[in-house]
This record gives sequence, structure tokens and C-alpha cells, in this order.
Amino acid sequence: MSVPLFEIRNVSKIYGPENTGLVALDNFSWTISQDDARIVTIAGESGSGKSTLGELILRSSRPTRGQILFQGVDIWTFNAAQKRDYFRQVQAVFQDPFGVYNPFYKFQHVFDMVVKNFKLSSSREHARVLIEDALNAVGLNGEEVLGKHPHQLSGGQRQRIMIARAIMLKPKFIVADEPVSMVDASLRASILDVMMKLRDDLGISFLYVTHDLSTAFQVGDDIILLYQGHVVEHGNAEDVISWPQHPYVQLLINSVPKPDPDQRWPGTVELPAEETLRAAGAAGCRFYERCPQRMDRCNSETPPLYDVGDNSHVAACFLYD
Amino acid sequence: MGNEQIVLSVKDLRVYYASRDGDVKACDGVSFDLRRGEILGLVGESGSGKSTATSGILKAITPPGRIVSGQILIDGEDVTEFSDDDMRARRWRKLALIPQSAMNSLNPTMTIHAQIADVIETHEGRQEASALKARILDLFSRVGLPSRIYTMYPHELSGGMKQRVCIAMSIALNPAVVIADEATSALDVVMQRIVAQTILKIKEDLGVSFVMIGHDMGLMAQVVDRIAVMYSGQLIEIADVRHIFQQPAHPYSQMLIESVPSLTERKPLRPSSGITHDPRNPPSGCIFRLRCPHAGEICAQSRPPLVEIRSGQSVACHLWQKNGSEAYVRSAV
Repeated sequence: MSVPLFEIRNVSKIYGPENTGLVALDNFSWTISQDDARIVTIAGESGSGKSTLGELILRSSRPTRGQILFQGVDIWTFNAAQKRDYFRQVQAVFQDPFGVYNPFYKFQHVFDMVVKNFKLSSSREHARVLIEDALNAVGLNGEEVLGKHPHQLSGGQRQRIMIARAIMLKPKFIVADEPVSMVDASLRASILDVMMKLRDDLGISFLYVTHDLSTAFQVGDDIILLYQGHVVEHGNAEDVISWPQHPYVQLLINSVPKPDPDQRWPGTVELPAEETLRAAGAAGCRFYERCPQRMDRCNSETPPLYDVGDNSHVAACFLYD
Repeated sequence: MGNEQIVLSVKDLRVYYASRDGDVKACDGVSFDLRRGEILGLVGESGSGKSTATSGILKAITPPGRIVSGQILIDGEDVTEFSDDDMRARRWRKLALIPQSAMNSLNPTMTIHAQIADVIETHEGRQEASALKARILDLFSRVGLPSRIYTMYPHELSGGMKQRVCIAMSIALNPAVVIADEATSALDVVMQRIVAQTILKIKEDLGVSFVMIGHDMGLMAQVVDRIAVMYSGQLIEIADVRHIFQQPAHPYSQMLIESVPSLTERKPLRPSSGITHDPRNPPSGCIFRLRCPHAGEICAQSRPPLVEIRSGQSVACHLWQKNGSEAYVRSAV
């Protein structure tokens, strides 16, 4: 077995003092292999730390504790050449397909800059072929889009152009932070479909950051659920969504609205009147105050991950102790 | 149904935006009624005109936009005739808005209670302090907010709580109609469910009618009584929620319902084909025909009228034709 593509070792990100600050991500470990391309979903409510993980991988934020190894090397020990190589192999697609482009430039410019900055080609003709190939991979063609300005295309088309720009570099890994949440429902499938094709045809792995469990279920291979910076459940996407074990994940999945007026939400959800965020150093389950099945020990001990099913399906809950 | 059952009636509303290359018909002949005590879902993708239609209802269209024609009757009064002052006097009292982004619509420098008091006192004049406080606390309890937030500032609340503050504010003056513009889109599923629960409770308790704007058909199925579907400025289907989910009559409604990903069955994604037209240059005939898998010759020739194909379901599509003098049936065009 070769060196893993990514190895994330006990990474924590804490804002403020180490013990009393707020945890964005707590003691997170995860490995992704070189050979087996996967779409890994990281899900949770806003503030759960899912975007923090993306930021840490993209080096826009430095872990408070722990290490992120890329092909065996800590990403914070990179020299300039390694850094350049890293960003050739690791790319990002962001949430907002409207704000990401400079409205004054045509899409041709977006691609020309990639060719120039990463010295992808020395001839115009060859560059043109590279651009066309990347656009074809996302179901677009140069003639249709390169001469256009951002406002002339739909959100779905713009988001696919972001992906085309990323794949020109032939990356191994793409961080996709809520890539479909601002795109219309009827156009979402086109983007998710592109992600699956890139995984299968080009062997690109994705970190799919989202709060939408139903698209995670449709395209994700694995899923990691976070609550206040802690992993609450992790496993194969189909297993986790079909048989959720953690009370928080059960509540989440029950709350996804079903497109059927005869199957409305059962019962009502109550929120605690007071909810405080636990400080970084504090023990106890983060979901304690909202949990319908809480026990005394949940308030004083932090639950570790227990095995709850096949294919390394784990959940952080004392119910499975 | 008697007229007293209709609290808001929109008749042939046209709102156009002037552009260098001619008018963009953002809302092109939209008509619908809102019944007393119902929640009507208004769905469509971005650019479909759902927000323009509601800005029209609120008389909040600014240049280059203009209301070209149409009537908007609230409790029988045509608001298109109103002066700005007349309209201002009726906002909040007759017609209130829950904005899309609660995060940005509260004043960050005012406490929660001061903002709600401001709405009440602007319209009803100075109030006695203890009565005002009791009234605000009553609003909090209606939307499930704890009384401790009375003296808090917006940044101290979560997104779901801020959204409920906006709901409390919208019902402060007992309006007949509340428009909720994508009120839950920015929230995660649990918060979304709590805000939706709050809207349902307000509807039950106070008999307020809601127009709920959104694009999530799953959420619509959970909350609304009827659904109106817009595409590129036109209303293409309006139906009882059960009817439209059982049998969406318009191919676009069908596409919207099918695009809700399932949580129980993994099935291949079906990216929609066809192109979205340039709004300055709409196709002839049916507005949806460039993306429609069933489009035929007649679709390029004439715009299909909105017809009632069965009780509680109307659609604007040439696929539906009268079978002799009897019922409407779906056939190929």
C-alpha cells in the first residue's frame, strides 16, 4: 500500500485560548488513499466546523494542534516549489458561482490565467485544446462559453466552469464547499453528475462540504457528520443515512423534508431555552442539551467513537458503549 | 367561494425592467388568489419572477423596474392605486414581509425589543411601557422565543432565532397577509423545520395567510396548502399541494418535483437538458419550450393559457387538451 494522499492526524482548530476558546474542529483524524477515488461528504449545521476542515486542507488556516500530511509531508513544512505543486494537485470549488468571477472579464480570461500561472502550455493551440478538454469534461464547450461574461450564464453553468478551471490542473483532490447550495434545484443534478464522472473517469477525490444530506446520500461514498466541531458519526453514506445511530444524526435525517404532503414531519422539535457552547477544554457531549436520550455521564465525559455497524460505521455516543 | 374568503388577489400583474436591449418581462401576466388562512407556496428558480411578483405586491418596485399593468387587491382595496403614504400606512398592518436574510435585516445597533417596539409605535403611536412590554413578550412566546432575548442584540442570537424575531415582527400588527421570502433557505434542516413549525402555528393561532416563496419542493410539501409554480415571469401551474405532488401537470413542475433527491433510494441523477433562454429575448409561444422534453409545433406558435384541468389544479400547457366537451386529458402535441 502506497503513502496515503491525505493523512489528517488529530487536528484541532481552536479560536481563542487553547482551553477556554471555541472549538471549530476537535481532534479530527482521517485518511484518504491515493488509489481509490472517493467523494467524501462532510456535513453538519452552520458553525459545526465543516468549512473549517476545508480551510485547513487548503492551507488558508493553520491547525492549533495536529498535522495534515499530504503524500507523507506536513503541508506546513512545504517550500515554495512544494506549495506550487500542492495547489496543482489540490483545488477548490466554492459556494457562490456569482461572486467568484470578476464581472468585467470574459471566461476566456479565467482559463488563460490558469494556463499562464501554472505554465500549462507554451503554444496557443495546445492551450486551446486543454481548455476545450476541461470544458467538455463538465458538459460545456468553448464556443458556447469562452466569449461570454459571467452574467450571461446560469448559476449551474458558472459552477461547472469553476470545476473545469480546477480540473485543467489535473488535480487529485477537490474541496467542494457547498457547490450546489446556490444553484437552482433543476440544475443541481448537472453539477453532482460532473463530480461523479470526474471521480470515475479521472480518479479525482472530493471533499464535499454540505448541509444537504439528500445530495450527500445521492453522490457521497462516505459521510462524516460534525456537531460543534466534534465528529458524531462517520461511515459509508448509504449506511449512515439509512441507519443513523447518533441521536443528532437521527434528528437531522428525520428533519429532511420529504416531497410528499402525506408524509409530514412527525411531532415537533423543541430547542432548549438556553444553549451554551462548551469551551475547548470542557468535557461532555456537545449535543447534551438538545439530546432526547441524554444520560448523566454525557454531561461529564466526552464520548469516544464506538463501532455501530459494518464498514467502519462509528458514532460518538454512550448509547453504544 | 365568496369574495370574503379571498384576502389577496393578484390580477394580470406585469412588472417589466427596462434594459438597453428592451424590456425584461420579469413578471408577465401573473394572476392568483390567496385565501384567508391558507399558506400558498410560490416556487420557481432564481430569475423566475417570484421575488419580482412579491415586490410588486408590496409596491416596492424601483427603477429600472415598473408596474406596467395589473391589479393587486388586499381586502378588496387596489394597492396599485395607492400613494406611497397610503401604502406605508398599510405595510405591517395589512401586509408584512419576512425577508430572506434575517441576518441582515435586523438593525445590529438596536436591541431586539427596541426594534419590535419601533414597528408598533411607528404605526400605532406611543404605547404605555408595561403594555408594550407585555405585547412584545407575547409575540416572543407565539414564535417560541425565550423572554431573555428581550434586551439582547441581534449578533447574540442564532440564525434560527433571528429568523423567528423577524416572524414575530411581521405579526406584530396583526396583518392579514404575510409574505415569507425564502425565509428558511439559509438555515440547516433542523432550524428550517423549527421555523416552518412556527409559521404553521401562527397560521393556526391567528388565521394569518401566508405567501411562502421558495424553491425547495420538499419543504413546500411539508408546509403549504397550495402551490403556484413560476417559470421565467409566468405562472405555469397552480394547484392544491396534494394534486401537484400526485400528478404534476406541467412538465416543469414535474422536473422540479423529480429533482428533489431521495433519502431512501439511490437513483441515477438526471441532469436536465435544454437551454435557459436569454430573458431579453424569450422564445415565441410557450416560455418553457426550449427546455421541454415534450415540445411540439403548437408550442412555438401560441402561449398556452392557464386552464383548470380538474378542480383545484390549473396549468398553462398545450399537452392538456379538452377531450370533446368533457374533461381535460394529457396527450402528445
